[in-house]
Amino acid sequence: MDRSRRKFMAQTLALGCSAAASPLVTPVTFASVPTDNRLVVIVLRGAMDALDVVAPVGDPMLAKYRPNLSKTKHLDLDGFFGLHPELGELMPMWKAGEMGFVQAVSTPYRDKRSHFDGQDLLEAGVVEVSSDVRDSGWMNRMLDLIPEAKKDTAFSVGRENMLLLRGAFPTTSWAPEGRVDLSPQAQLLLDKIYSKDPLFAQAGRTAMTLAAELNTAQMAMSEDDDAGMNDMVNQMKEAANAQKAGGLAAFAAARLKEDTRFATFSIGGWDTHQRQQRSIRNASRELQSALLTLKAELGSIWDKTCVLCMTEFGRTVRENGSQGTDHGTGGAMILAGGAVKGRKVYGKWPGLDEADLYARRDLMPTADLRQYAGWAVHDLFGLAKADLERDVFPNLDLGDNPKFIR
Amino acid sequence: MQSFATKAAFRFGYGFAEGEAEVSDVEMLLAQATDADAGIATYRGPSFGERAQMMRTYLEYKRAAKKGDAEAKPLLRASNKERNALRAVDMQRVFGRAMYSGQGFRERLVFFWADHFTVVPKSRLEQTAWGSYQEEAIRPNVNRSFGDMLVAAATHPSMLLFLDQVRSIGPNSVAAKNNKKKRKVKGLNENLAREVMELHTLGVGGAYSQTDVRQAAELLTGLVVGPDGANFLPRWAEPGSEAILGKQYGGNPARLDDIEGFLRDLALHPDTAKHVVTKLVVHFISDDPDPALVDELTRVYRNTDGDLPSVYGAMLDHPASWVDLGQKARQPFEFMVASLRALGISRADFDAFSTGQLRRGLTLPLASMGQPLRSAPGPNGWPEEAEAWITAQGIASRLQWALAVSRQLGGDRDPREFVDANLRELAGESLKFALAGAEQREEGLTLVLASPEFNRR
Repeated sequence: MDRSRRKFMAQTLALGCSAAASPLVTPVTFASVPTDNRLVVIVLRGAMDALDVVAPVGDPMLAKYRPNLSKTKHLDLDGFFGLHPELGELMPMWKAGEMGFVQAVSTPYRDKRSHFDGQDLLEAGVVEVSSDVRDSGWMNRMLDLIPEAKKDTAFSVGRENMLLLRGAFPTTSWAPEGRVDLSPQAQLLLDKIYSKDPLFAQAGRTAMTLAAELNTAQMAMSEDDDAGMNDMVNQMKEAANAQKAGGLAAFAAARLKEDTRFATFSIGGWDTHQRQQRSIRNASRELQSALLTLKAELGSIWDKTCVLCMTEFGRTVRENGSQGTDHGTGGAMILAGGAVKGRKVYGKWPGLDEADLYARRDLMPTADLRQYAGWAVHDLFGLAKADLERDVFPNLDLGDNPKFIR
Repeated sequence: MQSFATKAAFRFGYGFAEGEAEVSDVEMLLAQATDADAGIATYRGPSFGERAQMMRTYLEYKRAAKKGDAEAKPLLRASNKERNALRAVDMQRVFGRAMYSGQGFRERLVFFWADHFTVVPKSRLEQTAWGSYQEEAIRPNVNRSFGDMLVAAATHPSMLLFLDQVRSIGPNSVAAKNNKKKRKVKGLNENLAREVMELHTLGVGGAYSQTDVRQAAELLTGLVVGPDGANFLPRWAEPGSEAILGKQYGGNPARLDDIEGFLRDLALHPDTAKHVVTKLVVHFISDDPDPALVDELTRVYRNTDGDLPSVYGAMLDHPASWVDLGQKARQPFEFMVASLRALGISRADFDAFSTGQLRRGLTLPLASMGQPLRSAPGPNGWPEEAEAWITAQGIASRLQWALAVSRQLGGDRDPREFVDANLRELAGESLKFALAGAEQREEGLTLVLASPEFNRR
C-alpha cells in the first residue's frame, strides 16, 4: 500500500470516532433503524453491458452476434454464464456465496434509450419521465417509511448529488476529500449568515460537522511519520484517490460502521460504444475495487450488508461497427454482500434468438429491476409490500419474492 | 429594491468588478453579446490544426524513442511538458476571457452554449484539442443563428471524437466492403446522431423515433476528422438517401452539404425552438421558467429562424426576466470568476500564474466544488438546480477556496467596503452584522464570498 493510500485509509477509519470539535455541532442523535442491516446502492452510469459482464457463454448465438467481443475469456460461473475477466478478483466472493446477479432486468424505460432519462427513472424509481422526475429518489421516499430514520441514516458519497437520495427526507452527501480551515469564530458567523436560507444552512452545518471530523483525523495523522510530506502534494493525491471508487467505498464503509444504514455512490464509464474489450476495463476495475473495499473495510458488518449495483439499461445484443455496443434495453444487476444469497444468477433468461429480442436488437427484459430493489428493502428492513408499491415504487407490482436476501 | 445594474451584473454577467463601466440599460447589456468578441482578442490559443500537429509530433517522437533513438527522448519529454502546460493555459484562457473581456453577458452565453454542446475529452488528442472547441465552434457563433452554432459544434473534431462519429462507417459503403474483404469490419455508430436530436436540438420529448436516429446516423457517415479539422470521406458514407423526420436527405454521391442541410432543418424545427429557449431561460433566470417568457422567446426564435441576438433581445426586453434575484445558484465556475473579479486580481498578475498555480488555484478547486470543466458528467452537461451545487461538499470547497484567495488576493481590503462594492443592496442584515464580528479581514472577505447573497442569482 502506498503512503497516500495508507494515510487515506487511516483517515477514513478515524472518522466518526471523534465527538466533532466544531462549534456548530448539532449533535445528531443517532438512532438505529429496526434492524441492523445495511443497503448500499451503486449506480453504474453509462449502461453496463449485461452480456459482457455476466456473459451467456453457454448460448451459441452469442458468438454470432458478437464475433469480436465473444473472444473475451469469461470465467465460468454456473456452466452457462461467465464473469468478465476484469472482474476476476470477485470470484472468491461469488464462490463464498456473497455475490450473485440478476439477468434480463430493466426499469420501465423503453425505446428512446437516453442515458439521462434512463438514469433519472432508475434513481427516481418511477414509471415515466415527467417534469417532476428529478424531485425525489426512491431511497429518499423509503426513508420516510422508517420511523426511526434520522439524518445520518442515509449517506451519498462523492462529489455528485445523487437523485436516488434527493427529496424531502434530510440526508447527507460528502466527498471524502473535503476540509475547511475556518476559525471557530468565523464558522459561528457563517452559521448566522446562512440561517435564513435553508439550503445553505443545511449544507453549511453538515460541511462544518464533517470537516471537523476530517480535521481531527488529519491532526492525529500529522503527528506520525507522514508529517514531513509536502502538504499540497499530499492533499492532491488524497483528493484523487478519494474520488476513485475504492476511496468512495472506504468512506461509505466508515459511515456504515457508524449509524448510517443506507449508502449510495456511482461508478461511471460503462458507455462502451467502441472497442469494448478495452473500454470496459477501467469501469470494471473500479467496480471490483469498490466491492472488495466494502467487504474488507466493513469487517463483520459485511454479513449484514446487501449491495445492489444497477444501471440505466443494457446494450445492444449485436456488437456495432466499432467493436463496441450501442444503447439497449434489458440489462443485469449485481448483488453482493454477506446478506445476499449468492452464487446464483437470478431472473428469467429470455434467450437470444432474434425473435426473443426486444425490437430485434436488445435483450428482452423479463422483470422490472425495481422488483428486486423492492424485495431487498422488504426483507432487509421489514417494510410493508403495500407501502413499497405505493410510495417507494409507485404503480409497481412487486410480484413474487425472488428471496435473494438471507 | 434590487437595481437594474445589480440584476444585470448577477443574472446576466459575472458580478461587479472595480473599474468596469456599469450596465445602465438593456441596449448596453445586449451589445455585450452582439459586439465583436473582445475576450478572444486577448486570450486565444492554437487552432485545432496546430494542436493536431502537436499530437502528430508527439507520436513521431514516441515511435522514435521506442526504437531506441536517444535524441528523441528529450524531445518526447518536452512535447509532454508542452501539452501539459497547454491544459493549464487553456483553463487560464477560459477564466481570463470571462474575467477581463468587459462583456459579461457574452461570456455567460459562451458558458451556456459550451454546456449545451458539451464535449468531454477522453483521448490525448481530445485533451489537446479541448481549448480549440470553444474558440472555434462556440465563440464565433454566439451572435449568429442557432443553425450556424449547431453546424459548427456538431461537426467540430472535438464533438466528432467525443460522440464516436469518427468510428461510424456506412454498412454498405465502399470502405465497409473493402474492410470485409480484409476481415476488418466496421459499421454504424449511433451516438452523435442520437445526441444531436436528443440533446442539441429536438429534446428528449421531441418528435423523433429510433428509426430517425438510425437514419440520421447513416446520413452522418463519412463525417470524420482530418488533419486540420472535420473532413468528409465519401468512401465511408452509406450510399443512397435517408428519410429523417419525414424528409429525404442525401443521395449519390454522398455530400457534406446534405449533412449540413439536415442540421439546419433540425435547427428550424419547432421542437428545437422550444427546447433551446427553455434551456436558455432555465439557465439565466429560473429553474421554473415563466411560460409567457418561454412562449415569447419561442415565437421570436421561430420568426427569425433562430437568430440568437433576436432571442437574447427578447429575453432582456421581457419583464419576467427582471424578477428579483435569488432563483438560481451560481455554478462553481461562475462563482470563481465572480470572486476573482470582486477581489480585483490584475490581469498582469493573473497572466503570470505558473502551470502549478493554475492547477492548484483553478483546475483542482473547480473539481472539488463539483465542476471539473473538462469532465462534465455526460453530453448533457452540468445540472442547473441549486440543490446540485449547494451541498455540504460544494459549500466546504467554496469556503476553502474563498479563504485561500482572500488570503492571497485580499490585501488590505476592508470587508465592509468589499461587501458594499460587490453585493450593494443585496447584502442582508445578518451578513453585515457578521462582518462587524469577523476577527480577521481575510475571514470577513471569505464570509462575503461564501454568503448566500453572493452565491445566488
